[in-house]
Amino acid sequence: MKTCPNGQELKFVLNNQVVELSASADKTLLQAVRELGLTGTKEGCASGDCGACTVMVGEQSGDEIRYHTINACIAPVEQQAGKHVVTVEGLQSGDVLHPAQREMVNCHGSQCGFCTPGFVMSLATLVEQGAPAEREEVLQGISGNLCRCTGYRPIVEAGLKALQAPFQQPIEGAGLLQSLESFEATSVLQPTTEPELQAAISQQSGAGLIAGGTDLMLEVTQRYQSMPTLIDVSNVESLKSVHEVDGSLVIGAAVPYTELETLFAARSEPFVSLLHRLGSRQIRNSGTLGGNLANGSPIADTPPVLIALDARIELVNTAGESRMLSVQDFYKGYRDTDLGGDEYVARIHIPVQSLDAFHRFYKSSKRLEDDISSVMGAFLFEGSANEITGARVAYGGMAATPVRLAAVEDALVGEKPDAGLIAEVVSMIASQMTPLTDVRASAEYRSAMAASMLERALLEFTGEDRPVITEVQLHA
Amino acid sequence: MRKLTNGSAGSGVASVDPVVGSDLIHESAIKHVTGRATYVDDMPEPANLLHVATGQSPVAHGRLRSVNLEAVRKAQGVVDVIVCDDIPGDPDISPVYTGDQLLAGGFVEYVGQPIFAVAATSLEAAKRACRLAQLDIEELPAILTLQQAMQASEFVLPTRTFKVGDAASAIDGAPNVIEAEQTVRGQEHFYLEGQVSLALPTEDGGVHVVSSSQHPSEVQKLVASVLGLNIHQVQAEVRRMGGGFGGKESQAAALACMAAVFAVRTGQPVKYRMPRQDDMVQTGKRHDFWNRYRAGFDDQGVLQGVEMELAGLCGCTADLSEGIVDRAMFHADNAYYYPQTTINGYRCKTHTVSNTAFRGFGGPKGMIAAESLMDDIARKVKRDPLDVRLDNLYGPGRDETPYGQKVEQHLLPDMMRKLADDADYYERRKAISAYNRDSTVLKKGLALTPVKFGISFTATHLNQAGALLHVYTDGSISINHGGTEMGQGLYTKIAQIVATTLGVSYERILVTATRTDKVPNTSPTAASSGTDINGMAAKQAAEKIRLRLSSFVAEQHNVPVEEVSIANDVVEAGGQQLPFDEVVKSAYMARVQLSATGFYKTPKVHFDKESGKGHPFFYFANGCAAAEVLVDGATGEYRVSRVDILHDVGSSINPALDIGQIEGGFIQGMGWLTTEELLWDDRGRVISNSPANYKIPTAYDLPEQFTVSLYDQPNNEDTIYRSKAVGEPPLMLGLSVWCALRDAASSFADYQVNPPMDAPATPEQVFKAIQSAKAFRRSS
Repeated sequence: MKTCPNGQELKFVLNNQVVELSASADKTLLQAVRELGLTGTKEGCASGDCGACTVMVGEQSGDEIRYHTINACIAPVEQQAGKHVVTVEGLQSGDVLHPAQREMVNCHGSQCGFCTPGFVMSLATLVEQGAPAEREEVLQGISGNLCRCTGYRPIVEAGLKALQAPFQQPIEGAGLLQSLESFEATSVLQPTTEPELQAAISQQSGAGLIAGGTDLMLEVTQRYQSMPTLIDVSNVESLKSVHEVDGSLVIGAAVPYTELETLFAARSEPFVSLLHRLGSRQIRNSGTLGGNLANGSPIADTPPVLIALDARIELVNTAGESRMLSVQDFYKGYRDTDLGGDEYVARIHIPVQSLDAFHRFYKSSKRLEDDISSVMGAFLFEGSANEITGARVAYGGMAATPVRLAAVEDALVGEKPDAGLIAEVVSMIASQMTPLTDVRASAEYRSAMAASMLERALLEFTGEDRPVITEVQLHA
Repeated sequence: MRKLTNGSAGSGVASVDPVVGSDLIHESAIKHVTGRATYVDDMPEPANLLHVATGQSPVAHGRLRSVNLEAVRKAQGVVDVIVCDDIPGDPDISPVYTGDQLLAGGFVEYVGQPIFAVAATSLEAAKRACRLAQLDIEELPAILTLQQAMQASEFVLPTRTFKVGDAASAIDGAPNVIEAEQTVRGQEHFYLEGQVSLALPTEDGGVHVVSSSQHPSEVQKLVASVLGLNIHQVQAEVRRMGGGFGGKESQAAALACMAAVFAVRTGQPVKYRMPRQDDMVQTGKRHDFWNRYRAGFDDQGVLQGVEMELAGLCGCTADLSEGIVDRAMFHADNAYYYPQTTINGYRCKTHTVSNTAFRGFGGPKGMIAAESLMDDIARKVKRDPLDVRLDNLYGPGRDETPYGQKVEQHLLPDMMRKLADDADYYERRKAISAYNRDSTVLKKGLALTPVKFGISFTATHLNQAGALLHVYTDGSISINHGGTEMGQGLYTKIAQIVATTLGVSYERILVTATRTDKVPNTSPTAASSGTDINGMAAKQAAEKIRLRLSSFVAEQHNVPVEEVSIANDVVEAGGQQLPFDEVVKSAYMARVQLSATGFYKTPKVHFDKESGKGHPFFYFANGCAAAEVLVDGATGEYRVSRVDILHDVGSSINPALDIGQIEGGFIQGMGWLTTEELLWDDRGRVISNSPANYKIPTAYDLPEQFTVSLYDQPNNEDTIYRSKAVGEPPLMLGLSVWCALRDAASSFADYQVNPPMDAPATPEQVFKAIQSAKAFRRSS
């Protein structure tokens, strides 16, 4: 970790200028750019749900700068040290509009205009990434942007046209990135190795760990808590990498979901399909598996998946000692985990053979995209239509923690999954869990969905085609 | 002078013919996409700016025993703290009746009601200080649901009735009778820009308020009233809103008033911007409704008598609920002729935030009853729901509405048949029936529903508008009017109207921010009336200037005024062509007045509230939509696979903007009826209180196939360039999706029954409807 003398300011490139400032850990990028007079980036919700604050962030990756979108409203400005932040004001080159801007104008893609800068940034990022001109790409790209006026049709059209436009000149200011000699942040500590991270945790007791911040920062923006210091795990190389070791896929806790989409593309279609419904593009660019586990939520999407896949969590303490435990053992109670005060979630180990086995993940929510699960069901079955030899059944949203249903698994293993057995285990669901009625769903509906998901998974396992119409269409 | 491409020839933005009827881009489009469009919160902050937050009631109903704000006053950054007694003028900020207090007096009547307010050096400081208050509140019994309010006869305003003939006898004597009830939930506006106002003290002891409001004149009036000032000491200004949808008609005033009170007390500029979490709790929403209906009809499904009970959840005060429940009653027929009918509208009082205007203004709540009824009838008489709808439409000889106004322009029979043809309704119905016979888990649904929406404020006096037009000596023109821009493209259309009326290029026209010291005593930009009334006022002002310039040129060239023409920036007289700029210059030198006002009042409208009869609407705007859905019987989840819309905007002033209103209105209506579930707990707290748990549609919810066409027929009334209003009507096209979902649910019972299905039709509600259909099939 580069330690920094007191008073030194963090540096990053904002559009085509190097910006130096110092800020507390809880100051958001949105607040910072607006205070700098760049008011094109808007606050719509301050919770990462509406996308009006979307900006493009570029990071040096080898010889190139890779850009992605984030929600500036829940991103600490200090986390941007050494990065290239592009706001809507930075897209235009002289008088020439960026293709995303131009097509939004030509397609009548703005009405009240308040969400527009966010949409423009999401579409411009697709252009910069060289995304193919496909409807699905555009829909994924704007999945975290809400518009209340247009009904989206002209925005999707604008996105497709912008992606069809010929190559355009690079974003101004990108060249300045290499000129940043030092870019330390002062209030968000940025270790780059695990020993540095361990030292930071022991020295800054009480400082929170932040990766994507997509949940943690709501404490600041929604509950007005102050967080003078944070420890950023997203620069620790070993937490950002993925390896295959001894038959397990070992995923660093700070790998953003967007990278998992690529990682699992050839390994697990059900997981990739679920990832496409987890949060939005902006959230997936920041959020991580480690964060999804560590915050202890019973309605997180990935814990049931990891339980079904028999994944193990690797926790490391400040002495560098690591221990492994199963995902279900990690959860102690409502928002309570086994994570010690001197520990961090380091890696998630997924057995490759789980990915080779039959598995299905189903999510129930009011809205297809960017919604929190009312019920999340995850299933893994081994064997054949004649006999189930292994079963893992897990749910989220059904109890105070993610749960694994051993009784259902026991009832399945060693049996032939015929109509009678399926009916029998499906009828067990109601007695296994007592979910709550809340804003997302009633207890009755939750139980019915949990049963329906199990039935569907078993029918698919036995070869019956049960299409899921809410699955996001994946392009080849 | 504004240029269409904002001076950037290289921007590649297409230029189009700048006249009424053309697809001009929104006047702010380039500013929107470059981030230069300025909203209230984007204005450079003046020195010493203070920020406001409020201390809120934790209970739905209670008596304030004591309010100890000592710690709040001492908190870091706090400059001023007020309670109701500190308001110098009248603390009541109700738009029509009384009861809406800027700060609670002795009692609180909803969770979130402001009890005190803090002005501090930052929003965070103000929010943190609010938590330090010690409130002692005696909790009182609260009425939280429509059923409780109906039971207790708790109403904010008296019940009204529309009555034609003897509906009860007609129903009792009919061969078929249907009776049903439905719960229809409200809707959160979720304008992307939350409520916000900035108040700047003036040297006269008054205030200049910059607000995100659909009703600057009301903001001005109420700010003056809470401060005890004359109205002329307050200026309200609105350049643009980041969305309004009715949510900034009456609700914006509280923020302006609060900021103004602090501005006058402290002598400092004050901004009150509600974070989303407060906005979703403290501002009114679309009303929940509980509808009950009973209808009698013949074996073809043609109605003989209809009784409807429409109960709206108004919340703790009247706000605009008089007109909102009226409009639910006005549209309880939607497009159908009720030969004998009784329609009762109840304005229920509950201890929840006072509900307010929302695109459609009650209309959607009446219409859903009519559309639900049509489907119920179709199942009963075993006919296609579209045929039953067509047979019940208004037509010559069956044209009198329950409120006495006659429908004069019968467009819907043709529109619905045309849409059925264009969208292959009957072929698809056959294909869907076949699909549903073979498919056990997945089923398809289809529905084609009409909208007939009355245009005019039902409060007759609001149907007036003013405009102020200036021509400057370089030939540039500025127009100001009483309407506000919330994204609908009003400013663009006004500029098109002025350019066309004057015969000059669109680029000459600048529409300036709406201000109460330019055009006074304006009506809210609401009831879809923005272009209708302000456009007419602008046109009248432009006609005055045109006449003055023509008369001046006629005199100069010694020709009759009728022989002077102005077109394409050229004035032609006696065979001579004079550039418009030159004519303006010489007119100025000859002391011709180059400024004019315009005024318009909508003709023909009148309504007697007590008898429930009159002619409340100048005309009706019409539309229809056909929606197809695919439903999963195992979960209730669904996709909207195809939507076709045909909509009547008369002669369009700007087809691109009109289509934008239709598409956006449809998706917003679909959201209300599908994923947007406004929920409260049993203590009166809104539990769908953030975008994390209140889900408006995303781009993924856009139908895979989505076609919108305009029904190109001039308005038969003399409206602005024979156009029709377009703001609200398309919202109710979303009913086609709700009906299609119910159609799919009905297919699980082979269409023998229509399962009850409350709105919104979340996957859970659809699942329940399917379960009920399956249970019916099992039992029969």
